[in-house]
Amino acid sequence: MSTLLQVEGLSKRYRRGNQEVAALDGVSLSIAPGETLALVGPSGSGKSTVARILLRLVEPDAGRISFNGEALLGLRGAALRAIRANLQMVFQDPMAAFNPRATVAGLIDDPLRIHGIVGRAERPRAIATLLERVGLATELAGRRVHEISGGQRQRVAIARALATRPALIVLDEAVSALDVLVRADILSLLAELQRDEGVAYLFISHDLGAVRAIAHRIAIMDGGRIVEQGEAATVIAAPASATGRALVAATPELPVFKETVS
Amino acid sequence: MSLGRLFRSPEAVAGFAILGLLVAIALLAPVLFPGDPLAIAGQPLTRPFQDWTLPLGTDRLGRDVLAGLFHGARTSLAVGLAAAAASILVGSVVGTVAGFAGGLVDEVLMRITDAFQTVPGFLLSLALVSVVGPSLGVVVAAIALSAWTGPARIARAEVLSIRERDYVASARVIGMHPVEIAFREVLPNALPPVLALSSVIVAAAILTEAALSFLGLGDPNRVTWGGMIAEGRAVLRSAPYLSVIPGIALVLAVLGVYLAGEGVVEGTAAREGQA
Ligand SMILES: Nc1ncnc2c1ncn2[C@@H]1O[C@H](COP(=O)(O)OP(=O)(O)OP(=O)(O)O)[C@@H](O)[C@H]1O
Ligand SMILES: [Mg+2]
Repeated sequence: MSTLLQVEGLSKRYRRGNQEVAALDGVSLSIAPGETLALVGPSGSGKSTVARILLRLVEPDAGRISFNGEALLGLRGAALRAIRANLQMVFQDPMAAFNPRATVAGLIDDPLRIHGIVGRAERPRAIATLLERVGLATELAGRRVHEISGGQRQRVAIARALATRPALIVLDEAVSALDVLVRADILSLLAELQRDEGVAYLFISHDLGAVRAIAHRIAIMDGGRIVEQGEAATVIAAPASATGRALVAATPELPVFKETVS
Repeated sequence: MSLGRLFRSPEAVAGFAILGLLVAIALLAPVLFPGDPLAIAGQPLTRPFQDWTLPLGTDRLGRDVLAGLFHGARTSLAVGLAAAAASILVGSVVGTVAGFAGGLVDEVLMRITDAFQTVPGFLLSLALVSVVGPSLGVVVAAIALSAWTGPARIARAEVLSIRERDYVASARVIGMHPVEIAFREVLPNALPPVLALSSVIVAAAILTEAALSFLGLGDPNRVTWGGMIAEGRAVLRSAPYLSVIPGIALVLAVLGVYLAGEGVVEGTAAREGQA
């Protein structure tokens, strides 16, 4: 199996007051093209730190990241900006992740313009196509971000991430803030986009229900380390680590709607 | 913002009334007094309310006081607005660059800001005008030279908080150039608290312009209230109205700008409080 992303020995310490906290302590993981790896774990286990380091928003103290065969941590300036077309992220709270003054069209236009995906004249058409791609009416293009619903906002965030046809999208709690029905819609959209475009996901979540629906493999984190990794179905059915067992135990059973026939 | 909120306090109503009057006077000056306000219009030292063609009388040289008042309003308002705009532009750019770049750039820019803030602003303005020579543009630059530091500090503080927001991270993630992030994503969102300063800056600029003119450092080709006050000083005992009339105009203008500005800020705060 080829690898798209190979992370080795990622470590990151934060200084808080006069004591140091190890947010990450030797995290290694890999993702294949078109694959979904779920990163789960209790709050504070370091999941977002992994995401932020992958997106080069935070610099690690140690470790190596190879993305598409390139040493990601060595890139700077224009070379780093260029590779971002291939490596995107969807944030948990789209309201916070969008410029409050932006319009839907403007948000999707940014990546198209910056990376020169399509010429200026064709951009409105490309924006409309992307909106349709994520299941949004093209009439929303002129709206401001506070004029659309939370689920619509997250679809816009996905369209913005998808605009440059990236090989990997990091989703940090991207469906956690959505209500159950909207969450199911977004998960099925993500699965559909993966099928059609072959995009890989690093899917960060607390929610094993969502993970079960979308992930091929699971990595469980605790205290800045990966404590268990494996096939999604296997890990959820029989977690080997204490953290994994605690997470599975904390996930409520899905309600059963069908009637029992006696 | 609804007008009802703007006019919620009597002070704000008074402020807007004065400001509206000031603007009307400034706009009407060339219509009502098309001639040169510096030209001689009648007998020197005509007292107010003596001659209906010169309702506020004339100064020592026989120039029309009312015409001077109208054209002076034009100068005051133009200088006040231009100086405030220049201060806010320079200040918010410096503050944004300092706050966004951080590190050494921030350190250097903020030490420069400190230096400008330590020197009394009026001295700075005085120095520039005496060196370069008085003209409207120089007076505006001289006022902005001391007034940009306030906007710079406020913009920087705002940028420091905005740059940690997710939407700035999101802009980096899509590969936006840092210069574009600073000026397209961050600066426009840092502006509201900076703009809240503008009425204070306009009011202070009007006063500074008057003070410069009073000292004979205003644009000599323009009527200014400060210049008129200075003119009247020589005959303060015999013709106090020559200093008092432009003096009252100055106080009212500054008060009006300030009160109207407060009204806007309070109206905005009230709206945010309700949201
Ligand atoms: N900027 C920061 N400064 C100091 N400590 C930080 C910072 N960011 C994260 N940490 C610490 O690093 C650890 C890991 O945080 P991280 O946000 O990666 O956890 P997480 O797994 O994403 O948690 P959650 O599920 O609550 O989002 C935590 O102890 C956190 O307090
Ligand atoms: Mg997190």
